[in-house]
Amino acid sequence: MKDKKTLTFSIMDGPYEQARTVTVFRLLDNAARRGYNLNVFAYEGAVNLPFSKQSKHPNAVHGHDAAEEDHPLPKDWVASLIQTAKKHGGALDWINCGLCVDERGAHEAIEGCRRGTPGDLWKWAQQSDNTLIVGTR
Amino acid sequence: MEKYLLIESRDPYETREVENNYALASSLAIAGNDVTLFLVQNGVLPARKGAKLNGLQEVINSGVHVLGDEFSLRERGIAMDTLPKGIRAAPIDVVVDQLAEGRKAIWL
Repeated sequence: MKDKKTLTFSIMDGPYEQARTVTVFRLLDNAARRGYNLNVFAYEGAVNLPFSKQSKHPNAVHGHDAAEEDHPLPKDWVASLIQTAKKHGGALDWINCGLCVDERGAHEAIEGCRRGTPGDLWKWAQQSDNTLIVGTR
Repeated sequence: MEKYLLIESRDPYETREVENNYALASSLAIAGNDVTLFLVQNGVLPARKGAKLNGLQEVINSGVHVLGDEFSLRERGIAMDTLPKGIRAAPIDVVVDQLAEGRKAIWL
């Protein structure tokens, strides 16, 4: 594809904390639907976004069991973004900062997410059409 | 002339840093650059009718293209036909367009 672009994003917020995560996922979804190649470098708490052991839970206050509550899980959103990119002819490559993973014991990531170093972010930035760093506040 | 995409996700009532970010946008535009300030999440709150603009008017006056994320505006009950002059509602596509264009992009 002539207009195929490669964009790199770096995110740092953990799941269930900041609207920034949702906004970045909206950007990724939009770009994935264009068939772009996408790189995501997850740093700090963001390495927990694709953590495979996230599980749905009941909500006694709502009177819902786990299925009825249907609590959204960030790992499913990440998996969905990877699939959306693939479906539209692009790819989404996700790297978790290895040290951040070790600190948090977040070793089990869903398929499509791998371990790396900040050096990978630097390489991606060199190779991409653009890079957006989304820091914590 | 450089092209900049600045993304502001916070409102100026939360932290004074946002006014500094507005000043950065204005300064870049006054220096002759093409600047887009994309307001997202609570960043759109100054666009509510009757809200204090807290420096955002200077940004508009300096020639910055100030855009408010449609989704964020809807979430916060801000009608798009009541936005102050100089702030335009826009889909998040604009951010992806400008990233793909290769603009210098900063999430403030």
